[in-house]
Amino acid sequence: MTDELTLIGKPLPKVDALGKVTGETKYADDLAMPRMLHAKILGCHYPHARIKHIGTARAQALPGVVAIITGADLPVKYGNLPVSQDETGLAGDKGRFVGDPIAAVAAVDEETAERAIDLIDVEYEELPAFMSVEDVLTKEGEPIQDYGDQGNVHKMVALEFGDTESGFAAADYVREDTFFYQGNTHLPMEEHAVVAHYTADGKLTLWSSTQCPHYVHRALSKALAIAPSRVRIIATPVGGGFGGKSDPLPHEVAAAKLSMITGRPVKIALTREEVFYAHRGRHPVLMWAKTGVRKDGSITAMHFKTFLDGGAYGSYGVASTYYTGALQPVTYKVPTYKFEGMRAFTNKPACGPKRGHGTPQPRFGMEIQLDKIAEAIGISPVDIRRKFVVDENSYTVNHLRITSCALGECIDKVAAASGFNDKHRKLPFGKGVGLACSSYLSGAGLPIYWNNMPHTSVQIKIDRGGGVAVLCGSTDIGQGSNSVLAYTVAEVLGVSLDAIQLTVSDTDLTPIDLGSYSSRVTFMMGNAAIEAASKLKKLIMEAAAEKLQLPVEALAAKNNSIYCIDDERRSLTFAQAAQLAEAKHGGLGAMGSYTPPKLAGPFRGSGVGPSPAYSYSACVAQVDVDPETGEIKVEKIWIAHDCGRAINPLLVIGQTEGSVYMGLGEALMEEQDFRRNQHKIPSLLDYKSLTMMDMPEVETILVEPIDPEGPFGAKEAGQGPLLPVPPAVANAVYDAVGVRIDELPITADKVLKALALKAEGKEPRVGPKGVPSFVFPEPVRVEPHPQAPKLRGA
Amino acid sequence: MKQLIKLRVNGEDYEAYVPVHKTLLEVLREDLNLTGTKHGCELGECGACTVLVDGEPTLSCLTLPIEIQGREILTVEGLAHNGTPHPLQTAFAELSAAQCGYCTPGMLISAKALLDHDPHPARDDIRQALSGNLCRCTGYSKIIEAVELAAERR
Amino acid sequence: MLSERGAEAMIVAGGTDLFPNMKRRQFEPKSLVSLRAIAELQRVTGDADSGLTIGAGVTLAQVSRPPVIAQSYPALARAAGDVSTSQLRNTGTIGGNLCLDTRCNYYNQTYHWRKSIGFCMKKDGDICLVAPGGSRCWAASSSDTAPVMIALGASVRLIGPRGERVIPVDELYRDDGKDHLTKAADEILTEILIPPANGLRSVYLKLRRRGSFDFPILGVAVALRLAGDGACAYAKVVLGAVGSRPVVVPQAESILIGNRITPESVESVAQAAARLAKPMDNTDSVLSYRKKMAHVFTARALKEAAGLP
Repeated sequence: MTDELTLIGKPLPKVDALGKVTGETKYADDLAMPRMLHAKILGCHYPHARIKHIGTARAQALPGVVAIITGADLPVKYGNLPVSQDETGLAGDKGRFVGDPIAAVAAVDEETAERAIDLIDVEYEELPAFMSVEDVLTKEGEPIQDYGDQGNVHKMVALEFGDTESGFAAADYVREDTFFYQGNTHLPMEEHAVVAHYTADGKLTLWSSTQCPHYVHRALSKALAIAPSRVRIIATPVGGGFGGKSDPLPHEVAAAKLSMITGRPVKIALTREEVFYAHRGRHPVLMWAKTGVRKDGSITAMHFKTFLDGGAYGSYGVASTYYTGALQPVTYKVPTYKFEGMRAFTNKPACGPKRGHGTPQPRFGMEIQLDKIAEAIGISPVDIRRKFVVDENSYTVNHLRITSCALGECIDKVAAASGFNDKHRKLPFGKGVGLACSSYLSGAGLPIYWNNMPHTSVQIKIDRGGGVAVLCGSTDIGQGSNSVLAYTVAEVLGVSLDAIQLTVSDTDLTPIDLGSYSSRVTFMMGNAAIEAASKLKKLIMEAAAEKLQLPVEALAAKNNSIYCIDDERRSLTFAQAAQLAEAKHGGLGAMGSYTPPKLAGPFRGSGVGPSPAYSYSACVAQVDVDPETGEIKVEKIWIAHDCGRAINPLLVIGQTEGSVYMGLGEALMEEQDFRRNQHKIPSLLDYKSLTMMDMPEVETILVEPIDPEGPFGAKEAGQGPLLPVPPAVANAVYDAVGVRIDELPITADKVLKALALKAEGKEPRVGPKGVPSFVFPEPVRVEPHPQAPKLRGA
Repeated sequence: MKQLIKLRVNGEDYEAYVPVHKTLLEVLREDLNLTGTKHGCELGECGACTVLVDGEPTLSCLTLPIEIQGREILTVEGLAHNGTPHPLQTAFAELSAAQCGYCTPGMLISAKALLDHDPHPARDDIRQALSGNLCRCTGYSKIIEAVELAAERR
Repeated sequence: MLSERGAEAMIVAGGTDLFPNMKRRQFEPKSLVSLRAIAELQRVTGDADSGLTIGAGVTLAQVSRPPVIAQSYPALARAAGDVSTSQLRNTGTIGGNLCLDTRCNYYNQTYHWRKSIGFCMKKDGDICLVAPGGSRCWAASSSDTAPVMIALGASVRLIGPRGERVIPVDELYRDDGKDHLTKAADEILTEILIPPANGLRSVYLKLRRRGSFDFPILGVAVALRLAGDGACAYAKVVLGAVGSRPVVVPQAESILIGNRITPESVESVAQAAARLAKPMDNTDSVLSYRKKMAHVFTARALKEAAGLP
C-alpha cells in the first residue's frame, strides 16, 4: 500500500490553510449570537484564604447585570484524572491562589460585567500560603487540598528496576548533580474563550477553544449534573494550545452554568492575565541525578529524584510526576534504574501538561550530566551517546517497548551537519557547541481514565457524487491534524483532497478521539482513518471489479479513478464506483478505530510512559557568549528528528522548528515567576518569549525509519524536538566560556555570576545547591524486562 | 458617551454608533463583524491586532476610531482581491507559515506594509518589520520564508 | 479645555503609553484631550547646522528614519528606533516618549493584581512595594529618548495657560517616580529643540532581553565632541531606566573634557556611571546585573563614540 503514495510524504499545504490566511477561520471569541451575554470572572485576592462570605447585592443592582454565580452554585468536584477530582469551576470553600476563580457575572456587555466584578464583596480568612516545595516541607498550616499522600505532598513515587546498588558498584565513574528547571507557560497567542448555550430543550452546547472536547464533555456532564447526551462540546479552531487547553477549565464550567441559569448564550473570553492563571504549564522541577558509567561511557546505573512544584490543583500532575521518571531509559541503554519523585501542592496556578509533559525537565539534567561525565572520563559527547543508543525492537529496564529507533542516525547526521567534532572544545573563547538527545511518546499507551475502549475512531461516509465525509473527534490546534486526517483518507481511497469534507471535534457528531495531547493524534487517528477507509475501499473495489469484470487484485484506486493496473482505459470514476457500491451494499459508511497494544508493565505506575512508538531527536546548538555581559546569542540550531515516515515533511519541519523555538524560550528566558505570593509578570510584555529578532536559523534533518505500527510508518513530531534544546544550549554555553548553568532559564546574569566564580577560582557553576532531605517511601522493586539491556558482568 | 463614527475599511465606508472609548479593535470585531483581526493582549504587547492605517502598521487595540475617521484602514479581510488571495496569503498557505493561524492576520498585515515599501526586502529587514508580531507556533522560520516567496513572485 | 477640566483630563498624543495604563486603571481620566489633529506638532524643521526642531507629535518612526537625524544625531535615531515595535513607533510620538510614565512591575499591572498585592503609592495606595520602608516611589524612568535628548543638550517648549517656557530636557524631570515631570498637568509639550550637531558624536546603547517590544532596563546615551587636536570639547553621559529620572553622569564632563579620551578615562567614567545607577528590583532582570551593565555599557558607548577599539 505504501509503495506508490500520492499524497503521503508530500509537502502539501494544510487543508485549512486558506481559512487561516484570509481571516475566515472562526475562533471561539469570533463567535457572536443573538441575546448573547458576556461574563467575567472574579479571581481570589489571596494566595490561600477561606471564603467566608461573598456579597453580590451591589453587583446584582448594577443595571445590565443578568446573573451572578459563586462556588455555592457549583458544588460538584471534577478533574481530568480520576485520582484528582479536585476542581469545581468556582472555588467554594477557599481560594487557593491569587486569581483562583471564585465568582462570575454575566451581563449585557463585557464592560458591565467587569464593573460588576468590582462590586462583589468577598470576606476572606487568610490561611498560610505555601509558595514552594520547600514551604511545603517546612511550613505548618492547613493543607491546600484535602487529599494527597501527606499534608501538601500530593503524590510520591518510588520505583527501582534492577539492583542499582550493584549497578553503581560496577561503575568506574559515578557522579551526582542537582538541576532546576524553572516553570513556564504555554502562552498561546489566542486567549482561551468559550461560548455556552443552554437551549429551551435542556441541551447544553459549548463552543470552546479546547484541545480535548471529550474531557470537557465528561467534566461538564459531571460538574453540572447533566446527562452526557444533553451536553455537546464543539472545539473551535484552537489558536495555540501546547497543552494549556487540555484540561476542562473553570471558565468553561462557569459559562455553561451561567447559560443554564439565564437560558441565553454566554461568552467568556479570558484576559491575558487570566490565561496565566489558567496555566496548567510546565512544572518547576528540582532534580538530583546520579549516574554511574564504565570507562567506555556505558551506563551501569541511574538514579533520579524529582521534586515538582505543582500549584494548587491536581490537573494531570500525577501523570506529570511519573513522566519525570519514565523516559530516561528510552534513549541510551540503562541496565539498572531507580526513580523517586514527588509533587507538592502550592498556592499558585496549577501546573500540568506543557509540550513534552514532565520529560523536558529530567532530560535537561540527564543530558548535562552526560556532558559532564563525558568530559570527566575523556570521551566525546557524541560517543557517550552514539555508542549506547537503545536497540530497535527492544525493551527498556522499566518495561517500555521500543519499536523503531533511528537515534544513532540522528546523532550522526546532526554532528556532521553542524561540524560538531571540529568545533567542540576547539572554537575561540566565547563560542561553543553543545549536543543533546531525547525521545518522546507517539501517544500515551493508556487512557487517562481506565477503560478498554478505543482511543480514537474515525467515521467515513461516501456520497453519490464521490464526496467523502470524514468525521473524527480529533482537534486541530495548529499542528495539522485535520490535514493528516484528509491526506490519510484520500490516500487510501485514491481520491483527491477536494473530495474530502471534514467534520471534527464535535461530541454530538464525531466519534470520540481523546484529544490533542501526548503527540497521539497522527499515530492513533491515522491508524483509525486507514482502517475506516480500507473498509470502504474494499466495498468500492468489489463493486468496481464486478462492473469491470476484473478481479479486485487487478484494480488500483488513484486520482478519483478505479482502474485496471494493466490497462488504465478500463476504469470507472470514483463516484461511479461509489454508486455501484451503494447499490450493492446499501449506504456507504464505515468506522475505524485504534486501540494501542497492551504495553503496561507488571507494576503500579506502569501506566505512564508506554507508547506504541517513540520518536527520537538529536540537537546541536551553537552559541556566542559575550563574556563581559553574559549575553547569549544562539547562532544556529541543528536538529535531526526521527519521526518515522513524515506524513507531510512541511508540517513535520514546522513542528520541529516550533519545538526548537519553544525550547529556546525555556532555555533562555521564559519563567512563570512569583513574588510576594502572586504571579510576578502576567503579561505578554513582561513574560519574555522570543521575537523574530531573537530566533536563530534552524536546520532540520528528518530521519524517517518506517515504524511498523505507525500509520504509513509515522511517529510523532510535535513535542519531542523541544526536549534536547535546553540541555544543548547549556552544554554549548559550557563549551563557549567554561561555566555550568545547571538551571533554567540560562540568563545573562547567571552566566556573568558563574564567570565571576571562575575568575575567583571557585566552581564555575550556577544551579541549585542541593535537594531537600525528603524521605521517599520504600521503592517498589521491579525485575527489569527480560529483553532490557543487561548489566555486564553482573 | 456614544458617537457616530465613520470609518473607511478595506475600501468600504462604515458607520457605527459606539462609545467613544471603544478601540478600533473592538469596533472592527464587534460592530463591523470583521473578526479576522485578532487580539492577544489588548495592551500593544503582541501585534496580533495589527491593521494598516494609511499604509502604516498600527495597533488597533491602542487606536481610537474617532481619531482615524476618513483614513484608509486595511484589515486581513481586505487583502484578497475579488476572491483571489494576495501573494502573501498564498505563500503563507503553501509553506504552512500559519500553524494555529491566530497571529497570521497581524503577520500578513505587517508583511504587506513591508512589501509595499520595499518589494524585495533582505532577510534582516523582514525580521525587523515583523518583530512586533509574536508567534508561538512556528519559530518564525516559515513566516520569513513565506514573505520571501511572496516577494519573489510579485 | 485642559485647564477647565483640571486633574480629570489627560493629554493623549499617540496613546501607546496612555491607553494600556487606562485599561489597567493606572490612569482614570474622565476626559482626554487629543493632540493628534494639531499639524504644528507633526513637523521636523531645521538641520544639523542650525539645530533641529521636532514637533512633539512627530512619531517615533518618523524620528528614527530621516537621514539628518541618522547621520547627525545617530543616538536619537537609534533610541527612537529601539522603542518597542514598529507598529507602536508608527503611533507613539517623541513627545509621548519624553513624557512616558515611569514604570514599575508592581504598578504596570491590572487593578485586580494591584489590589491583591496591596496598592502602592503611585496609584490608590500609600507605600512603595519596591522599598516599603521608604517614603518615595521608585518607579523607573523608562524612556529611550530622554537620556539621548539630555546628552544632546536639547530643550523642550511647554505651553500652558500661564504662558510659554523653554527648559532643558534635563529640567523636565524630577527624581520622583510618582511625579516625575516638572511639566504641569495643564501644560503641553509642543516641541523639542536640539542644538546644532557641529561634529557631535552620539551613541545610544540599550539593555533589554529581546530584540523588540521591551522597555530599556538600562539605556546609555553618550554625546562627545572632539576638538581638532583630539581633545574632548563636549561630553555628556546619561543613563536611562536606572532611576526615576534620567541619570546624568557629571564625571563625564569633569574627567573627559579638555583631555584626549583614553581607555583609562573611559574606565573612570564607566565606574562613576555604575556608582550613580540606582536600579531597583522593579523591572525585568536582576538589579545587581543592571548595575554591572551600567559600567560595561557606558564604557562601550564611550569607546564607540570616541572611536576607540
